[in-house]
Amino acid sequence: MKRHYLLPDISQAGRIGCSLPHLDVPSSELPPEELLRQELGLPEVSEVDLVRYFTALSKLNYGVDTGFYPLGSCTMKYNPKWHEDVAKLPGLTALHPYQSEQSVQGALQLMYRLQEYLAEITGMNATSLVPVAGAHGELAGLLMVKAYHQARGDKARKKILLTDSSHGTNPASAAMCGLETGVVASDARGDLDLKSLESMMNEEVAALTLTMPSTLGLFDPKIAEISQLVHERGGLLGGDGANLNALLGQTKFGELGFDYVQLNLHKTFSTPHGGGGPGSGPVCVKENLIDFLPTPLVTEDNGRYSFMSPPKSIGKMADFYGNFGVMVKAYAYLRSLGPEELKRISEDAVLNANYVKEKLKPHYFLPYDRTCMHEVVFSGKKQKAKGVATVDIAKRLLDYGLHPPTVYFPLIVSEALMTEPTETESKETLDNYIAAMIEIAREAAENPEVLRNAPHNTPVRRLDEARAFRQLDLRWEIDHQKK
Amino acid sequence: MNPKAYKYTKDHEWLCPEGDNKGKMGLANYAQTQLGDIVFLDLPAPGTQVEQFKKMGEVESVKAVSDLFSPASGKVAEINQKAVDEPKLVNEDPYDAGWLVRLELSSPSELDALMSSDEYDKYEAEASAEGAQ
Repeated sequence: MKRHYLLPDISQAGRIGCSLPHLDVPSSELPPEELLRQELGLPEVSEVDLVRYFTALSKLNYGVDTGFYPLGSCTMKYNPKWHEDVAKLPGLTALHPYQSEQSVQGALQLMYRLQEYLAEITGMNATSLVPVAGAHGELAGLLMVKAYHQARGDKARKKILLTDSSHGTNPASAAMCGLETGVVASDARGDLDLKSLESMMNEEVAALTLTMPSTLGLFDPKIAEISQLVHERGGLLGGDGANLNALLGQTKFGELGFDYVQLNLHKTFSTPHGGGGPGSGPVCVKENLIDFLPTPLVTEDNGRYSFMSPPKSIGKMADFYGNFGVMVKAYAYLRSLGPEELKRISEDAVLNANYVKEKLKPHYFLPYDRTCMHEVVFSGKKQKAKGVATVDIAKRLLDYGLHPPTVYFPLIVSEALMTEPTETESKETLDNYIAAMIEIAREAAENPEVLRNAPHNTPVRRLDEARAFRQLDLRWEIDHQKK
Repeated sequence: MNPKAYKYTKDHEWLCPEGDNKGKMGLANYAQTQLGDIVFLDLPAPGTQVEQFKKMGEVESVKAVSDLFSPASGKVAEINQKAVDEPKLVNEDPYDAGWLVRLELSSPSELDALMSSDEYDKYEAEASAEGAQ
């Protein structure tokens, strides 16, 4: 069967998808010809063809509701459908952002409680729910760091230290703030190298940004020493909270010495993401940064809720109050689970990752062979030596109907394969993934050609990524059809 | 495989000494295989002063962005515009058509700190072997 990937492929001149009533008012002229953009070549299709086109495309989609999605660092856990019911309640959807505080007390109460819950979970003193994505929360954190040092009259601190396993958003956020970056090395165990930090941590450093556990899925046992060193030398310790799923109910960023941490409600707190919905990246802070939080915060006074702006706020970061619908789903998640169940989330997430680690260890090179947290990073080195790259392994997984893990990240692991199973997967699902990975390792040894040409069973074969980068072309033009 | 007359760095870059204290540099074959398909080159403008082993540009592949270091100190005399326009030259012909930057060397004695092709062959073999563990 011929597949149609673009609407113009099914366009027929003169075909329309609706019938309009007879004209009962005077007709008016179209704009002059020179204002009409002929090159748009708008498709002309009937309603049924349009519905079938989009339905066919939707069937090609893959998501957490279709199958296992072990994309490391992304926490692609299942999103309970009950959250959608809650987020659809008319009392929450029929609000207008300009309504008076008086008339939206329920919504404000929900936001207030979520602020409090997130502060408690992270061991911090206050939360701003405003940032609308993880990297946006990072930006908020760094803007506060900058404002904090400026308020102290310390103008020399213009550098943010990161580790060589950092998420790419960490240096990007620093650059967005006009701050320089310095990269602290990792040691042989995959933890931060204290000597490297010792040599770099000077009076120009505003903060160290640390992912906890690291992107290698490892908990750094030297965190107390790191925190002490950074603070002794006048810096702040910022947390990238992307991996909070490993720590829920076990330990708190505040207790580990962090001054702030940015969260991802769309990862840890189970709201849809990855093409499935907008994000939310609240930032939680200790006492020393409260005055700088992005505005507005929700406060409570004798059971009345209202918006307020912290005295030295870095300002507004999003329209109105951030992504309210996402907050509702995260709130529903927390209320449906409660503290004891939250603990089980991190326990099961860590257990699942270690199960995958132990089962795959004989087949893939494990660069840091120690108990991992919520995700495990393998290297495709053994397979690379046989001429099979990690990208080939990832593409072959598609043939098994599975979403591949994160590949080529973190950068300090060559041919990295980063698997984050999350707590929501059953043993059977993990076993199925493990079996596929073992089979692929066997294929790499015995029949590498199958991997190099994978995927074989997908609607489109391997895409030419290099060509897509080199000749980026995002706009359909009528000439394409002629070609 | 790795040209005999070239000198090499631990970052898998090469420098080919030319007359008049000039030298061309580029990525060694090992570097381009590790990076994969290169899609974008950010090279220093001619006239830029560069320092040995310090960052002078960036190489972007489909996998990641990597720093480009200068194998020697001096001034950028010329860059390979053909490679900028068509980065796949670096993958296809890293030692010749895919050269990156021509330098005017300010301290030619620095080249003693680089590896000979024999030394680099060993270094590369070790890097590959480590990859095969």
